[in-house]
Amino acid sequence: MSAEPTLLAPAVAAPLPLGRTLAARLLRNPVVALGAGFLLLMALVGALAPVLGTLDPTAINPATRNRPPGFERTIRAEDGTTTTYRHRMGTDSLGRDVYSRVLYGARISLLIAVSVAALSLAIGLLLGLVAGYIRPLDGPIMRLMDGLMAIPGILLAIAVVSLFRAGLPAVIAAIVVPEIPRVVRLVRSIVLSVREEPYVEAAIMAGTRLPLLMARHILPNTVAPLIVQGTFIAASAILVEAVLSFLGIGIPPETPSWGNIMAEGRNLFRVYPHNILYPGIFLGLTVLAVNMLGDGLRDTLDPKMTGR
Amino acid sequence: MSDATAPVLEVENLAIALPGGGDRLRAVDGVSFAVAPGEIVCVVGESGSGKSVTAFSVMGLLAKVLKPVAGSIRLLGEDILTASPQRLRALRGDRMAMIFQEPMTALNPVLTVGDQIEEVLRIHTDLGPKERRAKVLAMLEAMHLPDPERMHASYPHQLSGGQRQRVMIAAALILDPALLIADEPTTALDVTTQAQILKLIREMQERRGTGVLFITHDFGVVAEIADRVVVMQRGRIVEQGPAAQVLGNPEHPYTKMLIAAVPTMTPARRPPVTGALALETAGLAKTYRSGGLFKKAREVHAAADVAIRIHRGETVGIVGESGSGKSTVARCIARLIAPSAGQIMVGDRDIARLPERRLRPLRRTIQVVFQDPFRSLNPRRTVGNSIIEGPVNFGATPEAATARARELMGLVGLDPSALARYPHQFSGGQRQRIALARALAMEPEILIADEAVSALDVSVQRQVLALLDDVQRRFDLAILFITHDLRVAAQICDRLIVMQRGRIVEQGPTAEVFARPDAAYTRALIEAAPGREFGRGAGQVQEAASA
Repeated sequence: MSAEPTLLAPAVAAPLPLGRTLAARLLRNPVVALGAGFLLLMALVGALAPVLGTLDPTAINPATRNRPPGFERTIRAEDGTTTTYRHRMGTDSLGRDVYSRVLYGARISLLIAVSVAALSLAIGLLLGLVAGYIRPLDGPIMRLMDGLMAIPGILLAIAVVSLFRAGLPAVIAAIVVPEIPRVVRLVRSIVLSVREEPYVEAAIMAGTRLPLLMARHILPNTVAPLIVQGTFIAASAILVEAVLSFLGIGIPPETPSWGNIMAEGRNLFRVYPHNILYPGIFLGLTVLAVNMLGDGLRDTLDPKMTGR
Repeated sequence: MSDATAPVLEVENLAIALPGGGDRLRAVDGVSFAVAPGEIVCVVGESGSGKSVTAFSVMGLLAKVLKPVAGSIRLLGEDILTASPQRLRALRGDRMAMIFQEPMTALNPVLTVGDQIEEVLRIHTDLGPKERRAKVLAMLEAMHLPDPERMHASYPHQLSGGQRQRVMIAAALILDPALLIADEPTTALDVTTQAQILKLIREMQERRGTGVLFITHDFGVVAEIADRVVVMQRGRIVEQGPAAQVLGNPEHPYTKMLIAAVPTMTPARRPPVTGALALETAGLAKTYRSGGLFKKAREVHAAADVAIRIHRGETVGIVGESGSGKSTVARCIARLIAPSAGQIMVGDRDIARLPERRLRPLRRTIQVVFQDPFRSLNPRRTVGNSIIEGPVNFGATPEAATARARELMGLVGLDPSALARYPHQFSGGQRQRIALARALAMEPEILIADEAVSALDVSVQRQVLALLDDVQRRFDLAILFITHDLRVAAQICDRLIVMQRGRIVEQGPTAEVFARPDAAYTRALIEAAPGREFGRGAGQVQEAASA
């Protein structure tokens, strides 16, 4: 080997695994598979709630209030026929079926998780790119973010909710706002380090315009960390929604969410724990699954973290 | 092993297995050599030759995936490969010590230098605090560090790179080990600092009789310091012997090729280039201001009053040590940063102050090849996409640009079908060829090579330099060649500019600058070049090594 071979050296390894191979690699990680599997199950439960043997989650029945799990009641339909319905998780203090409420509640929790993650990533990404690449705007944006971070998330959320009428959009906005600064910081730090890379400078020398430069050379570096960050935001969004609803400033009680089911069960918790127990189990398992997914993604996407 | 005394280190038939999927089965195979007391043995080879693996296996610091499968390593008669981790820990520091390439990261930033050296004594001896301190101060003094008392209380960031490497050597030698392993200890240092560190290592080794195993890729350093030389290629020893013999009269073709690839320090006389003026700067300056609302403002003059003229077909080199401002000048001319003052005339236009919008149409005139071949290509894009990016920005159709890219790949000596591959599938030298093809695709008039061959092995370096020469003639390019390596500069540059602390201290035809350096700094640089007699004539090697 007196000289470097003029033609190609044998290929060292497969090209960067993106797309299909990446998905395959992710699913080989049992933590990712388990987390993703459980979330898929929850999504199905939420979507198929009407056909999973549920009643109208808002139907009040004063005759059967605060019944324990397993209580059976006879429902008389309008044509006079009767059926026996079993309240698997009991009923709440207004006689509503907890099982139905918990299943319908999955819709709200997952909807909030996904929309909060998507919105905070989108807004954070935009602000982070601007702060990281357009130097004069860096200071103002980051000081604003520092200001937001200085206020405890829950307090900020309460303040945001109080500005709007209570409802799903207000709750989502309330959870998104405190999450944005963390995303902005993450994106900005990536942009700051990547913009110094020689390949970015080479692209500048090649006359690539700023939007294309961002999309082609800088943005791809943020994808993996943002996916990971997104899962953690989703987990915290589910919790914060529960907290807000529990405090009575979240989703209005006519729409069941795990948080407001628990809020309503709070007064009689000592006597009828099932009102808090079942939504609590669903909430806990879902957050755990999201976190597992996030941890698994981080380990797989970030080679520096593997082997810990 | 003509030496009668027992060797400090004996490596016999060492073989270390590589995990599957590598380019070969064993990282090193059948490696045997010995280090006698008071002897400096240089293990020299290109990247991937297994020289560092050898050094780490002697220290017992091999990564877990690398397993010794045969042979033995005996330190003062004791086998390292079979020693327990506890025993190895005792041997390290006590009998052998290592200094690393990066003095910046090898010291703990939150402990004072004195504490870090004393730690070695605390672990390995039962000296009292006063004795320890006295011993450390004496050692710092022996390292020719100014004001040992102050050094003792300093934190690593307060020291220069050379001072840090001296501290590392002090920590390594304080227990008087029989063997010192030095893994590229001067590669990250400036040439004048390197000369001082090499001198220090030789002085310590002579005074204390330490055996030194010195890992390097640089034949200049070998010529400067080695008693014996071990040449490695792809995990095997191809040649070993006394320095004068291996350097002056190499037997193995690989050694011959390596030595021939080292650029000489004697520049050829080149006729002055009389092409049209491609680039001219006047009063070019870059000043960095730091500070803010609550901090005192600070100004750093990275470059000041730089005047450069480059003609078509001419190669002008800027040499200098780190912090001399040579890269700042290059980046200003490329307009990757905006100069603080001065003009940059390209043809009859001053581009120094143009906003990006008006600069973009002129971008294709000046192109850059960067230093780090592993970072200058976007790892997520095929090399084809990287090469055609510029031409497509300037309105070429992707098909036409790709056809041109295929031609250019052939021109830089790569297979055109490789356009569909990703950068990580290429070696460093191949990537540098791709980076050159990308620059040429823009049809530039001026090419800036910013340490473009510094990260490459000598044999690859020579090929890339030859390629630069070839494309220069083909496209009548003006080349601005930034380097810290005088040998490379001597080989390729028509004219030379020497920079120190942001200012030009000397410029002139290369041969002239080497033969009659005017500025004291230029003389110091030439003096400090390792093994500077090496490559001029084989007979002088011994003399240079003992100088």
